[in-house]
Amino acid sequence: MLAQTDLTKLIFGRLTLESLPLHVPIVLGTFAVVAIGAIAVLGAITYFKLWGYLWHEWFTSIDHKRIGIMYMILGFIMLLRGFADAIMMRAQQAISFGDNVGYLPPEHYDQIFTAHGVIMIFFVAMPMVTGMMNFVMPLQIGARDVAFPFLNNFSFWMTVAGALLVMASLFIGEFARTGWLAYPPLSDIVSSPDAGVDYYIWALQIAGIGTLLSGINLLVTIIKMRAPGMTMMKMPVFTWTALCTNVLIVAAFPVLTAVLALLALDRYAGTNFFTTTLGGNAMMYVNLIWIWGHPEVYILILPAFGIFSEVTATFSRKPLFGYASMVYATVVITVLSYLVWLHHFFTMGSGASVNSFFGITTMIISIPTGAKIFNWLFTMYRGRVEFELPMMWTVAFMVTFVIGGMTGVLLAVPPADFSLHNSLFLIAHFHNVIIGGVLFGLFAGISYWFPKAFGFRLDPFWGKCSFWFWVVGFYFAFMPLYVLGLMGITRRLSHFTDPALQIWFVLAAFGAFLILLGIGCMILQFVVSFRRREALRDVTGDPWNGRTLEWSTSSPPPKYNFAFTPLVHDHDAWWMMKKYHYQRPLDGFVPIHMPLNTGAGIILGGLSFIFGFAMIWYMWLVAILSFAGILVVAIAHTFNYHRDYYLSADDVRRVEASRTELLARHV
Amino acid sequence: MSEISTTYPASAGPTQPLVFHETTESHTPNGTLLGFWIYLMSDCLIFACLFAVYGVLGREYAGGPTGAEVLELPAVAVNTALLLLSSITYGFAVLEMQRDRQSPMMLWLTITGLLGACFITLELREFAHLVSIGAGPQRSAFLSSFFTLVGTHGLHVTCGIIWLIVLMSQVAKKGLIPANKRRLMCLSMFWHFLDVVWVGVFSFVYLMGVLP
Amino acid sequence: MSAHDDTQHAHDDGHGHDDLGIHATFGGYMTGFVLAVILTVIPFWLVMGHVIEKSSTAAVVILALAAVQIVVHMIYFLHMNAKSEGGWNMLALVFTIVLVVITLSGSIWIMYHLNSNMMPSMMDPANLP
Repeated sequence: MLAQTDLTKLIFGRLTLESLPLHVPIVLGTFAVVAIGAIAVLGAITYFKLWGYLWHEWFTSIDHKRIGIMYMILGFIMLLRGFADAIMMRAQQAISFGDNVGYLPPEHYDQIFTAHGVIMIFFVAMPMVTGMMNFVMPLQIGARDVAFPFLNNFSFWMTVAGALLVMASLFIGEFARTGWLAYPPLSDIVSSPDAGVDYYIWALQIAGIGTLLSGINLLVTIIKMRAPGMTMMKMPVFTWTALCTNVLIVAAFPVLTAVLALLALDRYAGTNFFTTTLGGNAMMYVNLIWIWGHPEVYILILPAFGIFSEVTATFSRKPLFGYASMVYATVVITVLSYLVWLHHFFTMGSGASVNSFFGITTMIISIPTGAKIFNWLFTMYRGRVEFELPMMWTVAFMVTFVIGGMTGVLLAVPPADFSLHNSLFLIAHFHNVIIGGVLFGLFAGISYWFPKAFGFRLDPFWGKCSFWFWVVGFYFAFMPLYVLGLMGITRRLSHFTDPALQIWFVLAAFGAFLILLGIGCMILQFVVSFRRREALRDVTGDPWNGRTLEWSTSSPPPKYNFAFTPLVHDHDAWWMMKKYHYQRPLDGFVPIHMPLNTGAGIILGGLSFIFGFAMIWYMWLVAILSFAGILVVAIAHTFNYHRDYYLSADDVRRVEASRTELLARHV
Repeated sequence: MSEISTTYPASAGPTQPLVFHETTESHTPNGTLLGFWIYLMSDCLIFACLFAVYGVLGREYAGGPTGAEVLELPAVAVNTALLLLSSITYGFAVLEMQRDRQSPMMLWLTITGLLGACFITLELREFAHLVSIGAGPQRSAFLSSFFTLVGTHGLHVTCGIIWLIVLMSQVAKKGLIPANKRRLMCLSMFWHFLDVVWVGVFSFVYLMGVLP
Repeated sequence: MSAHDDTQHAHDDGHGHDDLGIHATFGGYMTGFVLAVILTVIPFWLVMGHVIEKSSTAAVVILALAAVQIVVHMIYFLHMNAKSEGGWNMLALVFTIVLVVITLSGSIWIMYHLNSNMMPSMMDPANLP
């Protein structure tokens, strides 16, 4: 009997039937909806016999374009989840006044704001940014793939495993109730004994490995695989920002790994790093996590800056104003982003000298950022600006981001921060820069490169509907929060007593509702565009009259990207090729060296998910087995020396001939 | 659009057509060694965090044993010698690899692995001793950061040994093909990198830890 | 751990040697080894023989010797120079060292400052502004 309980404990750990939220109707309802949706999707895949296709063409694919698209899909699905959290919070705060306690109990509300932050940063913004770089950057530098194609696939599946862990916490146990950075002592084992913080730790650790490896991968790709002639100062600006972002990823994510490992040791092994007893110091956690946390925001925004640079130049029909200054500004931001982390905890108790130093470095960052804004404005100045959807997002970004940047400079003043920190003013500020900067940038990028990825343009009508709902909704949702923050309302509250505040929260909730419509229009835009794909077809491969190399190949590009590696003479390489009336080569093709698909990435990702889940629930036996499994699969994979093949010249000729025919039909 | 043409190279007049694509399949340079070096740099930052934690918490004894009381320098000196020796033996293996002499290389690799294993054994004995006298990682922030920093280094050495064994079997199977040589160079960087970290550990943790 | 096992080009045998980039020599390894031994023995002797009385001086000497030894390892064992991989190795290393210094010194400075402001003497009403 005793032995049996021990075995049950080894296998199931602390996971019991009580861990399932059978008594919480909201979660049960969500579960029902998700389960029905999942069954419908899986059923449809089975019915249309798509499993083989998905497995061979997507899941095991090491093609950077496919992996990039999968990252974007992951990011978009998680956006829906993160936004569901957001609108629940807005609804709660809009009604929870006085005697009305709203519909969310505090412990549920706390999980929602934590999950919202974690999901939006780690599983929406990060995958989308990584996906964008993955898809676009190799095409922009004239490469066939990334430097380590298998690693790319593996990184993606690790990110998926992390995302799945966060999703699992919705239905099995609970998520952290600590806020998105899980500060101790609230996140230590005494204050949060349940599985929530462990979900947080393992989801981020597993996804973090993926992020780090993809950072190394893309970095080496940019350094080693640029087309001949493309010197550093001839790289497209998006590639430059991708380079700097990946430098930041490689340099910042190890810090997150280390600090979360220490928190895990505190929780699992009883060490005293961040405890309140035996010499531990919780402020060391805050210090370390922001050494990662501040570069992280630049990891997100720099690629968005790159997207805006490409879009502005293309739709103004002018070369980017101040290319060199743009590059230097990006590099300066990269370095400076490591010198400002204390501005996230001015109020921690450091003296005037520390606070002044970090306040000043923070303000200095606004200089290169401001230079970029002027560069975009001067690019548009006297250009023939075409207000296609990507350009609309860019203009909305410039207006919105400047507001967010200015409130940021305000927060960088330590005395002002003492009264504004942890208030809704801060919430308004960072949503202002992350939505107005990162998200608008990603949307601009999606509508800009969508035809390249899928071969047809996005329907502009629904795109514009989505744009206006998003932009107007954003202002409605977050401007009231600035006002509330200035009045001293702190963040993360689920109930208020002063009825005079309610109108502002109702306004914010209305804004969130408009954003909901914006997301709805975006989904409609995808559906409508897919149905109208023949009418929206891009046969030329260059729908916007673009400037960089990705527009020189077909839409969607062939597996090998370029039949012959392009030679680059100046920046805006494709623009120059067009000016010189470049003729596509029609024969003389040679075999192309290509990487082979492999299932190792998805298997390792799956095992990592099991390992993370087992660690969260103290299922030691499962944890040991899955960890051993990870080791065995990883080592076995290194015994596989057969990782590439040659695509024959005949195959290349066939693909290129069909493009020639297509072009001829549409001239 | 006339302004852009002024930035084109002077030789690129319309009479002299520019070539915009290669006509043969070019040899892409292999990025493995660079990629691995960048990975090591990121690993270096993990250690930087652990050193920072030790720097901040290393004197928080919480009434428990101090560094001077529990750290035994003679054992550390032996460990340092073992690791340094293993670095040079790996170096000899690389020299043999350059001359394509597989058996002597395998011999040097075996010696390297054994030295690493001795290092790990000694370190585990030290840890076991500390735990047995009530100076385990739970005792104080100093001991938490000590065990974590030294233990993380030890974990890396353990990974290095496993990798070494895997790689030796791959060399035995496939011979000194370029892929295996590249892997041997990666492991070489990894191994020497661990020695560099150990220099930081014995200086910052042990030698400075026993100072009054 | 996984970065090493990728992009095996089965067809580039002829270029295998070029790709490795470095040419290690026996002399180089021995020089590095002897220097490393010397730079290890001195600090151990300083501490175990209680040669320097003052802790802070001893700490500075130990750290300086460690820094020199790390440079020795970088040059003779890791074959660091400004040319390998077109200078990118060196650039990555310099950038990493800068970040390591920022992380270490920044953390210690901030945390020291924090504690100094939280000392009981600061809580004394007479010392408050």
